Amino acid sequence: MQRYLLRRLLLALVTLWAVSLIIFVMSRAAGDPRHVFLDDYSKQADWDRLTVTLGLDKPYYQQYGIFMISVLKGEFGRSIKEQRPSMEVIIERLPATLQLGLAAFAFSVVLGVPLGILSAVKRGSVLDTVGKIVALIGQSAPVFWLGIMMMFLFAVRLDWLPPYGRQEAVSIILPAVTLGWFFAAANMRLLRSAMLNVLDSEFIKLARAKGVSNRAVIWKHSLRNALIPAMTFAGVTLGGLVTGSVVVETVFAWPGLGQLAIQALFGNDYPLMQAVIIVFTMMYVASALLVDVLYAYMDPRIRYA
Amino acid sequence: MAEVTARITVAPVPARIRVARRAWQMRRLPLIPMFTLAMFVVTGIAAPWIAPHNPERGDIRARNVPPAWLDGGSTKYLLGTDHLGRDLLSRVIFGARISLVVVAVTLGVGMVIGVSAGLVSGWYGRWVDELVMRLVDIKLAIPTILLALVLVLSLGQSFLVIVAVLAIAVWPRFARNVRGEVLLLKTMDYVSLAKVAGASTPRILFVHIFPGVINTLIVLATLEVGIVILLESTLSFLGAGVPPPTPAWGSMVADGRDRLAVAWWISTMPGLAIMLVVLSMNLFGDWLRDKLDPRLRQLE
Amino acid sequence: MTNRIRIADQPVLEVKDLRTYFRTRWGTVKAVDGVSFDLRRGETLGIVGESGCGKSVTVLSLMRLVPSPPGRIVSGEIILDGQDLLHLTEEQMSKVRGSEIALIIQDPMTSLNPVFSIGNQVMEAVKIHQDIPKKSVFQVALDVLRKVNIPAAEIRMRDYPHQMSGGMRQRVVGAISISCQPSVLIADEPTTSLDVTIQAQYLKLLRELQRESNLGLIFITHDFGIVAKMCDRVAVMYAGRIVEQGSVRDIFNHPSHPYTEALLASVPKLNEDVERLYSIEGQPPALHDLPPGCPFAPRCPYVMQQCYEEYPPVVQLNEAHSAACWRLA
Repeated sequence: MQRYLLRRLLLALVTLWAVSLIIFVMSRAAGDPRHVFLDDYSKQADWDRLTVTLGLDKPYYQQYGIFMISVLKGEFGRSIKEQRPSMEVIIERLPATLQLGLAAFAFSVVLGVPLGILSAVKRGSVLDTVGKIVALIGQSAPVFWLGIMMMFLFAVRLDWLPPYGRQEAVSIILPAVTLGWFFAAANMRLLRSAMLNVLDSEFIKLARAKGVSNRAVIWKHSLRNALIPAMTFAGVTLGGLVTGSVVVETVFAWPGLGQLAIQALFGNDYPLMQAVIIVFTMMYVASALLVDVLYAYMDPRIRYA
Repeated sequence: MAEVTARITVAPVPARIRVARRAWQMRRLPLIPMFTLAMFVVTGIAAPWIAPHNPERGDIRARNVPPAWLDGGSTKYLLGTDHLGRDLLSRVIFGARISLVVVAVTLGVGMVIGVSAGLVSGWYGRWVDELVMRLVDIKLAIPTILLALVLVLSLGQSFLVIVAVLAIAVWPRFARNVRGEVLLLKTMDYVSLAKVAGASTPRILFVHIFPGVINTLIVLATLEVGIVILLESTLSFLGAGVPPPTPAWGSMVADGRDRLAVAWWISTMPGLAIMLVVLSMNLFGDWLRDKLDPRLRQLE
Repeated sequence: MTNRIRIADQPVLEVKDLRTYFRTRWGTVKAVDGVSFDLRRGETLGIVGESGCGKSVTVLSLMRLVPSPPGRIVSGEIILDGQDLLHLTEEQMSKVRGSEIALIIQDPMTSLNPVFSIGNQVMEAVKIHQDIPKKSVFQVALDVLRKVNIPAAEIRMRDYPHQMSGGMRQRVVGAISISCQPSVLIADEPTTSLDVTIQAQYLKLLRELQRESNLGLIFITHDFGIVAKMCDRVAVMYAGRIVEQGSVRDIFNHPSHPYTEALLASVPKLNEDVERLYSIEGQPPALHDLPPGCPFAPRCPYVMQQCYEEYPPVVQLNEAHSAACWRLA
């Protein structure tokens, strides 16, 4: 098991490095951030001073070196727009995103897992059909549109929930459901098919032959096995929630990291943009790693390989 | 013992039953998804000829007109108009065209890259395989939307860049899939025979291995279409897609977001189009997979 | 192998006219179509036949594990220790399974749950049927694992199935099956997936287990060598029915049904020098489209006109030996 985890860790680190390289290169290709502050009428002296301040006078590899060092130190420069250290801005916004992510994850599990199991056990029933429809919508409808439609129905037409922002406690409902729906759908399908597979297997037949009750066959013997492939997907879920928050936060004006990323990207705010993307990638990669650990623990074939 | 030949004769099946049986077999075809997809393709191709109005120029006097079946709507603008007086139906039709082109080109490029990488990786093995698979792992580990946004915003918002970005998003899954198949097929006897007979590597790859890969490739491609459409529309929604005034479904939804109370159809119609196309593609892909390769039956 | 196990007088299991049908999109598949036999304690009944003849479905029917949307036991009686299993509720039946009638299935690689330790799985079998304190459960499980000759059983209790070889896994399955002292043990091709050397050991083990608990053993196989070694009586199945039944001696020395003859003839003999191995011509019939007469007719070397028209009656050749063939009528 150690070897397996070590490899995953290594992969995570390499990924982070690759991402940092990409954004470094891209941000240099994107355009001149000096234009944010100065225009063609500014004095040359101001121009030069800004160049030094932003470190743009040094050769590229030096810039990259400086960049990497500061990344490793956890300093991401100062946000051009907000005139504050980038990390400060990020830490301010982080809780909102975490809150949204957790709520969406909870929703996807609470809705997806039972629905998936029941729809496998009661094949062809009304529940199975409902589940299938929920799943189909969740996986085909674009997240941003789903959010807007829900916003329209529940906020504009019915006025049950606030349309955007994070002012009230119930504000989290629409964004969380929007973000979580896709994964609820995926979880449902995954669990359904995993359960169907397991229920068909020989060891389940033997369990029944042993005299194990039907309920125990489903919830003890089958589920434990069905969760294994579902867990591999949980990694994708967590990661997807991280990136999905970019869209959902934009739709609902949720003041989190995702919205910050968009603002930084479109505002050409170099340092902030780099910082946000690296933080995002770290979260993405960390969640995948976490699930790898869980998966290795849950499947005895890997734990005791 | 005298030999007795079986005298079991089979009566010819009457024509009525033959037709009925065929219809019953046909019902296993996913007709609705296929119809929707056909509509999508036809609409996209024939857009300039079937759109009733100019999608980019609007009539300011006809702003926010509701769809034809509501009060205030008219048959002149079947799906209503947007805040600039542009006919929504025409914009949706042209949006289909954009999506169609983007998907086709993206999949084309992505598949070429992915399949080649997979073939090479699976066939040659060892360090080539390691390298390609690490690239795949890394790419899959990077959050796609963020990568896409960074690339689009730094390299410019053009059709070329968008297709390149989407192709980058798509090639890893093809590569991985094809590599897996190649690893399996490599061990088949007919491949060994070809090698022994002196066939050159490219020949083996294209004549013997590739045909074995096609089935899973087709199934994967149909599923990836949905992914590409969703990704492309998300990018347009965020403002990083095909630049305006070209109508793209995603940006149309964005336009309507702040006007929900006044003109909800602006967001609803293009989004519905996206969902229907992706849904049809997924259903069609599922059916295709059941037909071509039951082994892939994972997400049923 | 001489049989020194005492066979009881009265049958512990009586199966009468069992019919299990499956509804499929090609029609009704009559997988088991009127099967009758009985079994006594201490006795080993072998059920032989080609793939698809209905052996496995018979086993599933006895355990009432037939997958129920497509399949159904439509009629018959399965009387175990005086109780008709077909009249029990599912809850009652699950109490019977494992404790009075047990099953060993074919593939040891997939018959154990990969996420639970084998100790856990054996103990579960004990826990379900016996109301004894936890410490005793552990001990009982340990004892039964020792009985099937698992070395260092205390340590292996904590192992997972993938850490054991096929032969050992099959022994664990055997342990689970006898853990509650059933009256009847069904072994569905238990040695087919095992190495030849392990096979012999396993068969010996089964024999011992049978002797110790004096249970009735039903042995499903397609291997006549095993039949000769293990069985007291044999039932030959074809297309969902038993075409011939009798003692091992009767079947081997006086095979009366043409199918039995053909099966025996197709077993290659080491001491014979033939140019071509004998194989039965034709294919087994499609079970959803059975003809009215004898299903073996198209392949039978002795076929007569009557064979196509009506299913032959069961002819009693001696006390234990019977066959369904027009030739004998």
